[in-house]
Amino acid sequence: MKNKHEKFEKNVGLFAIFTIFAISIGGLVEITPLFFQKATTTPVDNLRPYTALEMEGRDIYIREGCNVCHSQMIRPFRAETERYGHYSVAGEGVWEHPFLWGSKRTGPDLARVGGRYSDDWHLAHLLDPRSVVPESNMPSFKWLAENKLDGELTEKKLSTFNFLTRNRSHKDEQGNAIPLYSETELANAKTSVEGKTEMTALIAYLQSLGHALK
Amino acid sequence: MSSFWSIWITVLTLGTLVGCYLLLNYCLKNFAGVEEGEPTGHVFDGIEELNNPLPKWWSTFFLLTIIWGFGYLLLYPGLGNFQGLLGWKSSNQGILNLSESKASVANAKAAGLLVQYDREVAAAEEKYGPIFEAYAERKIIDLATANDDEANSARKVGQRLYLQNCSQCHGSDARGATGFPNLADKDWLYGGSPEMIKATLIHGRKANGMIAWSAALGGEQGVKEVTAYVLSLSGREVDTKAAEAGKVKFAMCAACHGSEGKGSDAMGIALGAPNLTDNIWLYGGSQRAVEMSIANGRAGVMPAWDKILGEQKIHVISAYIYSLSQD
Repeated sequence: MKNKHEKFEKNVGLFAIFTIFAISIGGLVEITPLFFQKATTTPVDNLRPYTALEMEGRDIYIREGCNVCHSQMIRPFRAETERYGHYSVAGEGVWEHPFLWGSKRTGPDLARVGGRYSDDWHLAHLLDPRSVVPESNMPSFKWLAENKLDGELTEKKLSTFNFLTRNRSHKDEQGNAIPLYSETELANAKTSVEGKTEMTALIAYLQSLGHALK
Repeated sequence: MSSFWSIWITVLTLGTLVGCYLLLNYCLKNFAGVEEGEPTGHVFDGIEELNNPLPKWWSTFFLLTIIWGFGYLLLYPGLGNFQGLLGWKSSNQGILNLSESKASVANAKAAGLLVQYDREVAAAEEKYGPIFEAYAERKIIDLATANDDEANSARKVGQRLYLQNCSQCHGSDARGATGFPNLADKDWLYGGSPEMIKATLIHGRKANGMIAWSAALGGEQGVKEVTAYVLSLSGREVDTKAAEAGKVKFAMCAACHGSEGKGSDAMGIALGAPNLTDNIWLYGGSQRAVEMSIANGRAGVMPAWDKILGEQKIHVISAYIYSLSQD
């Protein structure tokens, strides 16, 4: 009997194609259907878009790599929900681009940190974490209090989010999609953040986290 | 899930399992053209390749994993809309608000689904529920001061809850930090009775009376004068001339802090205006710090904890906090 398998073994190109085919099956089964599920594309009832300031804060959160040490994903275990609140659900993250679920907790989960501490606490904590939590190993983010936002790109960011979420925003009574940001909000985007510090923006973002399900 | 995606997932998953079996079966056949164990004729640096079959233990385990896969998919949800024979779920996903979340717990129970998270919570509720019930039946002051086993354990539980939720601001020894009140002394902004402590925890507090006074006091000079007077209230050495001028301006402050500066708590109202005569300073007692407080205002916020912790846990934490200032 002839060894047909030799064809793959001796032809790198063919072997690569079949390898890609084999490993793509996992993605086709586990990822592709999620793009079309109601549970993963419908925002939860109370989800509201980030304000212009919160959106800028979110970008600072990404820039400073907060998601490297802080997750935003409460798993459905009692040990987690006792500490952090209701477990995260898909409908809370449908407007997140990119999502900031994280995969490692050097610090605590932040999915529902909003409203848990005062703005003053966040300021003190970001300037010098050990002034309020002596055993903390979080770095200080002093420069955020000095850097000012110019708001040049804020409107662009918001309209990009309008585009990205166009099929997944809330619906009005007639079933028409409501864009995340209205024309007025887009027009006011720059003035609402201009001159504010990055610290203010980041704190505003942190205080908004988890608002949709608590 | 629509039936298209259900079929998509089912066909691909089962197809892969069957495909794995066929591939394994195929590879177990001898295609080398020589008998098993005989040389294939490939020689590299004097090392000969023999036509050895796949190890028996390896191919058997491969087969077992495939069988395991079918068994798993039969019992657990893995094939599209098929829920699995066990009716197991990790949690109730796809909810859109908190009341749906609550309803889904009841629905899953009625449908006999094994929702792992719900079971975990129910088991804990069964174990700890009665304990917290028993604590809730006793008055805070009783839990805080009694010396029986139950009260002692309540205070320990309260301490653990405090360390987990409150220590970030008020410190692990509850002695506070600049801007975050000390809970272990007898100085209270909103009242130190057990009921007031509990109310503070449940609803939170927002101090918004201390606005920026700089302009109203006539700028830097006015601020300095009032600062001198305020510091004199706790017996500090100050420029008496400035303090006298400040005393006149202090009339504006008296509305909240009282004409003697003893704070709103001494007047029996929950305004959060601190006592200025006791030399306890929430935002620092240096001349500079007091000037800053007067000129720019202060707005401390205590978050509301009712939705995060629930009343029963707050009851126990209140007892712990009250006990701290009772010896």
